[in-house]
Amino acid sequence: MSNVIQAIEKPADFSRFPDAAGHFGPYGGRFVPELLIAPLEELTAAYERYRNDPQFRAELEADLQYYVGRPTPLYYAERWSKLVGGAQIHLKREDLDHTGAHKINNTMGQALLAVRMGKKRIVAETGAGQHGVATAAACARLGLKCVVYMGAEDVRRQSVNVYRMKLMGAEVVPVESGTRTLKDALNEAFRDWAANVDDTFYIIGTVAGPHPYPQLVRDFQAVIGEETREQCLSMHSRLPDALVACVGGGSNAMGLFYPFLGDTDVTIYGVEAGGDGVETGRHAAPLAAGRPGVLHGNRTYLMENEDGQILGTHSVSAGLDYPGVGPEHSWLKDTGRVEYVAIDDGEALAAFHQLAELEGIIPALETAHAIAYAGQLAAQMRPDQMIVINLSGRGDKDINTVMEVEGMNP
Amino acid sequence: MSRIEHRFAQCKEAGKTALVTYVTGGDPNPDATVPVMHALVRAGADIIEVGMPFSDPMADGPVIQAACDRALLHGTGIKGVLDMIREFRREDQDTPVVLMGYLNPIEQTGYEKFCRDAAAAGVDGVLTVDLPPEESSALGAALSEHALDPIWLIAPTTSDARIKAICAQARGFVYYVSLKGVTGAASLDTDSVGSHVDEIRRATQLPVGVGFGVRDGADAQRLGALADAVVVGSAIVSRIAEHADDPAEMIAAVESITRDLRAGLDQPVVEA
Repeated sequence: MSNVIQAIEKPADFSRFPDAAGHFGPYGGRFVPELLIAPLEELTAAYERYRNDPQFRAELEADLQYYVGRPTPLYYAERWSKLVGGAQIHLKREDLDHTGAHKINNTMGQALLAVRMGKKRIVAETGAGQHGVATAAACARLGLKCVVYMGAEDVRRQSVNVYRMKLMGAEVVPVESGTRTLKDALNEAFRDWAANVDDTFYIIGTVAGPHPYPQLVRDFQAVIGEETREQCLSMHSRLPDALVACVGGGSNAMGLFYPFLGDTDVTIYGVEAGGDGVETGRHAAPLAAGRPGVLHGNRTYLMENEDGQILGTHSVSAGLDYPGVGPEHSWLKDTGRVEYVAIDDGEALAAFHQLAELEGIIPALETAHAIAYAGQLAAQMRPDQMIVINLSGRGDKDINTVMEVEGMNP
Repeated sequence: MSRIEHRFAQCKEAGKTALVTYVTGGDPNPDATVPVMHALVRAGADIIEVGMPFSDPMADGPVIQAACDRALLHGTGIKGVLDMIREFRREDQDTPVVLMGYLNPIEQTGYEKFCRDAAAAGVDGVLTVDLPPEESSALGAALSEHALDPIWLIAPTTSDARIKAICAQARGFVYYVSLKGVTGAASLDTDSVGSHVDEIRRATQLPVGVGFGVRDGADAQRLGALADAVVVGSAIVSRIAEHADDPAEMIAAVESITRDLRAGLDQPVVEA
């Protein structure tokens, strides 16, 4: 609402956010039913206690190294860069993380926190299934019971990921309410948590939800940007000129961006899903075409109608198919620190093929949005300049979708 | 004296527990709600809560979520709900009406406009399910300016300190959520409810309502003995859903469950 979002001053130090109540400027906060306040306070206290605890850090770092496979390479995509004919494009290879995407950086961290808090049962939501798979893996690794809520429509579209979760011992619950997609899975996971707060920990998959989730997930994903920064300095003796990442809820993007927010010479781009084109209304780009509101526990940019009802979204990539976005992204948009753009389905599909053909890397369709934009950006930059893309996930899960969209048979 | 205060005073004088009934505005269609509200009053409801439909009602169970979906099919939003209350008020100036809903539709309407229009339509109180006291100062000021009572929820997980803070902001009555979970969930633990209600009474003079999990007259009787009001939602909304295609049957079913609840409340609890 207009009187909440007043003139925004650019903060000098982005690392100070969120404030103690979880606000990023006018965004974020904790908008939940009273029943969930106490468990969120309990989680906040536990996170404050363990985030700098040497034993917790050591355990997490060991799992990130030996189980997840970190550090991931920073790879120079030379053939693709030459073809584009501009800046040098480097890929931060989060597709090489165990389970095939950045999601496990966060689920490992939250699952270890759950163990510290004595919680034996985990609930999670998932859209395309990547967060569900990463949660199921972390739970199997630590011996926790795992229940994943997934929209019935997504269960149908992503049957392989459903089976992967089941193989790792998770129970997958199809959600039949609402639009039967990711936002409805979130509602259902919150409901489960509300009914079982005593023994259950909710592992949210992105930098959204009520405080402390946007901060906690960002911090667990920040390992991406920290490694990237070190690799740029040690391999190239400089920071990149630009960062590019796709934004659905925005966890891979926050993870890459966060350690660079103070480096004002680094230009940062977040790429939303333009679907059929932002002008058609059939898209998933709340930052490009939405307005602020309150959903799933935080104030942020949303896709909504004039009555404040949340709209259905459209994207070829199920992982970007969400009507909201992490509140820190809303803040970074308003302050101008990050520029948000949209790439439509067709552009993303073309980039999916281009990277596969030129580099032998099949990216997730989510990631393909970042690749498409980075290609356009690189072409306008000089050959001595450097872009880093967060290659947030691998595209094996999307093969069937691409074949279906392009009318091909295997 | 506000309409809510007055109603609780009347109930106290008559020695009875207030019956607060919930319906989702516009469920199953915009024409259904006003006749249902009158039926609730005829059958013994003291206060009516009207839900403002929301696409993502995360504190509600499947029954009320389905009611929201039915209402949204016809495009019922805040404006539609306020039209219904205005129409209800033509015949009933006495029964307090509390709006219940989620923050986003209120934000998009604008706090000031929402409160002004709600007060003009004859609303008495507003319960915003996903707005905790920490975030409520702007809406609280607008409600206060238009003499609307902010109704607050207290949960089994709410700490003593928060109970005090919430009660300090509350007007009308406070609403104790009698079990963990979402609206319409199962199983009641009356011992635990009793001790929490006592805690709340130490923090406020306001009447205390309890709700979540009341299915029939017997549940109402057990909870009613512990509180000033019993709140019933899903049990009524599920009757509306069952008879959505037949308005006369729907009214009869709503009256029947409401009479059962009323009878339960009016019957003294016999110690076993």
